[in-house]
Amino acid sequence: MIAAPPPAGRVLRSLAETEALAAALAALAQPGDAILLDGPLGAGKSALARAFIRHAAGDPALEVPSPTFTLVQTYDTPRGPVHHYDLWRVDGPAALAELGWDDAAAGITLVEWPGRLGALRPADALLVTLRTVPGDDEARRVTLSGWPGRLA
Amino acid sequence: MVPGPVLGIETSCDETAAAVLAPDGRVLAEHVLSQEREHAPHGGVVPEIAARAHLAHLPRIVRHVMEEAGLALSGLGAVAASGGPGLIGGLLVGSGLARGIAIGAGIPYVAINHLEAHALTVRLPGLAPGGAPFPYLLLLLSGGHCQCVAVEGVGRYVRLGGTLDDAVGEAFDKVAKLLGLSWPGGPALERLAAHGDDARFPFPRPMLGRPGCDFSFSGLKTAVAQTVNRQPQGALPRDTAADIAASFQAAVADVLADRARHALARFGAAHPDGRLLVVAGGVAANARIRAALESAAAGEGFTLVAPPVRLCTDNAVMVAWAAIERLRLGLADPLDFAPRPRWPLDAPDMRPEPATIAIPPSSYIV
Repeated sequence: MIAAPPPAGRVLRSLAETEALAAALAALAQPGDAILLDGPLGAGKSALARAFIRHAAGDPALEVPSPTFTLVQTYDTPRGPVHHYDLWRVDGPAALAELGWDDAAAGITLVEWPGRLGALRPADALLVTLRTVPGDDEARRVTLSGWPGRLA
Repeated sequence: MVPGPVLGIETSCDETAAAVLAPDGRVLAEHVLSQEREHAPHGGVVPEIAARAHLAHLPRIVRHVMEEAGLALSGLGAVAASGGPGLIGGLLVGSGLARGIAIGAGIPYVAINHLEAHALTVRLPGLAPGGAPFPYLLLLLSGGHCQCVAVEGVGRYVRLGGTLDDAVGEAFDKVAKLLGLSWPGGPALERLAAHGDDARFPFPRPMLGRPGCDFSFSGLKTAVAQTVNRQPQGALPRDTAADIAASFQAAVADVLADRARHALARFGAAHPDGRLLVVAGGVAANARIRAALESAAAGEGFTLVAPPVRLCTDNAVMVAWAAIERLRLGLADPLDFAPRPRWPLDAPDMRPEPATIAIPPSSYIV
């Protein structure tokens, strides 16, 4: 059994807890879902995405490199394609068309630096906000918003 | 054999590039249009990443190098383009044009694995003593790639390790951004680090001493971010920023040297005749890192060679050269080749003759 996602505004005390959250979200995600990962450099966005993709693919050792330079990496999973976007190097929505955004939206999309989506930001997306916790290098504060009725 | 000059095209990521090489590898013309340089004022952001920018610039760049080489398309012996890995939009533009030229001029088309092009660059005439005979060990250290590969021959690669998360050049760029430096981040960080105390911040050395040849830089980046966050509010004082830059660079150098030592030991056990460590990718331009790798190589009885920076970063000379290496083995590609966003160097179809694998990958398991 995978535990239900935690309530909003919870503190994840370790990387393992971040990965458990990712596993819970992966169990809930369906084709067409968008999950936006917001937070500063080093907040754990890629770590959460990596754990999510490994759970969705059912392969705990799957290589999930950072998509910062490639901008998007796509993974085939039993639930269809998962597209891992990193918009750090992108300055606005115009570039997204060339990155296959329209087609990707039919699958599961994970988006780091979602502020650059602009008007393309899906209204029904789940927003996961990660923040560091002053005085505790391991902990992260996470806030989930969206997916009404889907998060226990 | 190579029937005449080879046109190479590179459009797999940010650079739009074309080059013409003589059949013996002499560079007749080369041109790189770097989006990074064009968009430096935007702090590393790439406004037009893929297909449109390449489409706008590539035909002009190809005409330019053909004129400089003094050739008409009918004077070419072959045409090659990066076929992956990379961004699909750019790959489609580059390989589309290459295939059009191949059909129009009636010449062979070669689809080049971009990573193979980096791996074979050092064999360009005049770059390494003796032309870098196989086998050698390659460390590819760039913004988008971070891997350690035994190069046994054209198409014969054994990946000994890679990054588990961020590429090393990406870590440089992100730390540079945290320190408020201008784009491109690597050179700016190196300049700042020159004035810093590399022992002030004891940053973690991810993977240090662990078995194997894998890399990890995400934790180091996070440690730098947390150190920056702990500084008093306001702009980071220059001496603190310099100390962070120097301490970060020292951590990266230590990790790379440690990983290189592991890889060299493993490579040397499988190839007692291999004595060359080749470093490619933009990060090879960093003097501190180059020194650390030189020392690691010397300690294992190897010589370090790094091609000049213009051939280490993305370019089309390397694409044309990889095509020459393939054409010399009688290899070309069908016109229906589909570009591949993912194309690992050790993909089975990279090998020219699977039946003649000299050393199976299992030899590397120590």
